[in-house]
Amino acid sequence: MHMRTIEISVGAFVLAGVLALIFLAVKVSGVSLTRDAGTYTVLARFDDVAGLRQRAKVSMAGVTIGRVAEIDVDMEYGEAIVRLEIDGQVGGLTADTGAQILTEGILGARYVNLLPGADEEVLADGDYIMDTQGALVLENLIGDLVTRLGAS
Amino acid sequence: MIRFLRSLGGQSLDRIASLGRATVMWVTALWGLPRAGDISLLLRQIYNVGVLSLIIIVLSAFSIGAVLALQFHTQLSRFGAEDIVGLGLALVLLRELGPVVTGLLFAGRAGSAITAEIGLMKTTEQLSSMEMMGVDPLRRIVAPRLWAGIISMPLLTAIFNVVAIYGGMVVAVEWLGGDPGGFWAGMQDTVELWDDVGKGMLKSVAFAVVVTWIAVFQGYDTLPTAEGIGLATTRTVVVSSVMVLAMDFLLTLSMYGDFN
Repeated sequence: MHMRTIEISVGAFVLAGVLALIFLAVKVSGVSLTRDAGTYTVLARFDDVAGLRQRAKVSMAGVTIGRVAEIDVDMEYGEAIVRLEIDGQVGGLTADTGAQILTEGILGARYVNLLPGADEEVLADGDYIMDTQGALVLENLIGDLVTRLGAS
Repeated sequence: MIRFLRSLGGQSLDRIASLGRATVMWVTALWGLPRAGDISLLLRQIYNVGVLSLIIIVLSAFSIGAVLALQFHTQLSRFGAEDIVGLGLALVLLRELGPVVTGLLFAGRAGSAITAEIGLMKTTEQLSSMEMMGVDPLRRIVAPRLWAGIISMPLLTAIFNVVAIYGGMVVAVEWLGGDPGGFWAGMQDTVELWDDVGKGMLKSVAFAVVVTWIAVFQGYDTLPTAEGIGLATTRTVVVSSVMVLAMDFLLTLSMYGDFN
């Protein structure tokens, strides 16, 4: 085998491998290079996040406008503090925005849905969303149903 | 009885001794390479173990991706959850099947070739004559093959993953009429750059180290007969396949073991 042919084919092989890695990063894992350009964070306290994950969707009216950046627990109140990273391009959220945790489909992933408010003021970076509703836990619902049926 | 015990002990000592020889060889060889004159040797080996493995990798990747998509689609469509096909496909491939299947194919295609080649060199006393001429066979023969494996495997794994995802897309979207938006969006929402792509690549580097190490050592340590070469080649494929699978379990356990 000629040395030149080997050099060219090895070069093409390495190039293909690197391109494949870039494809995996950009197209498959969805890393966009301009993601950090304009985001702001708002925080929300929930009584139960029940399986919400980091990087879960944050949506309003069904449109994805951000991601869950971090989930912490506040031991004092026994609540979860969720840090939401909102895309700056969509503009500010009104101060009385509500947040609820919903499930995509029956077995799907949890996500945060934001309910629009009517206030004039908007939430600044690092503000808390006051009106929140935690995830519905199926076991609790069934438990309630069973006790109610038993009582009647 | 005594003789049995003695042979048992002797064999164990032999194993430990060969592990020792393998370790010394590996360390010396890996240390040996970074010199400018050896680049062409390395290129030739990347060609041998990487470029020549490309066809088998691409063909297997396409069929594995296609078959995974087919199975995911038929099972998930019963729950109306076809959108998870892309996500399931990507996670399974990136985390497990990509590195593991590439490792197994690499052991079968490149590992056996390395063992046979070095074994034949030893049998025909090319290695000894190199030493006579003052050329270090560890540096000239062994080191380029080790490095070529470590460089080629992650690239092959990346290519494998991309082709398999493409194959899965062809089946799930083009053929079975799934929704392309759901396919890609489900994937992008869940797949993490480091947790899924990065750790999969890390696995493939680990497999590359083990497979090339076993292949080179089996060739280097073979009995200098025709039968010995055959045995060594078989042993390379068997041992490195088992090692890839066993290591995959351990790596998965340590990488994703806390399951949160």
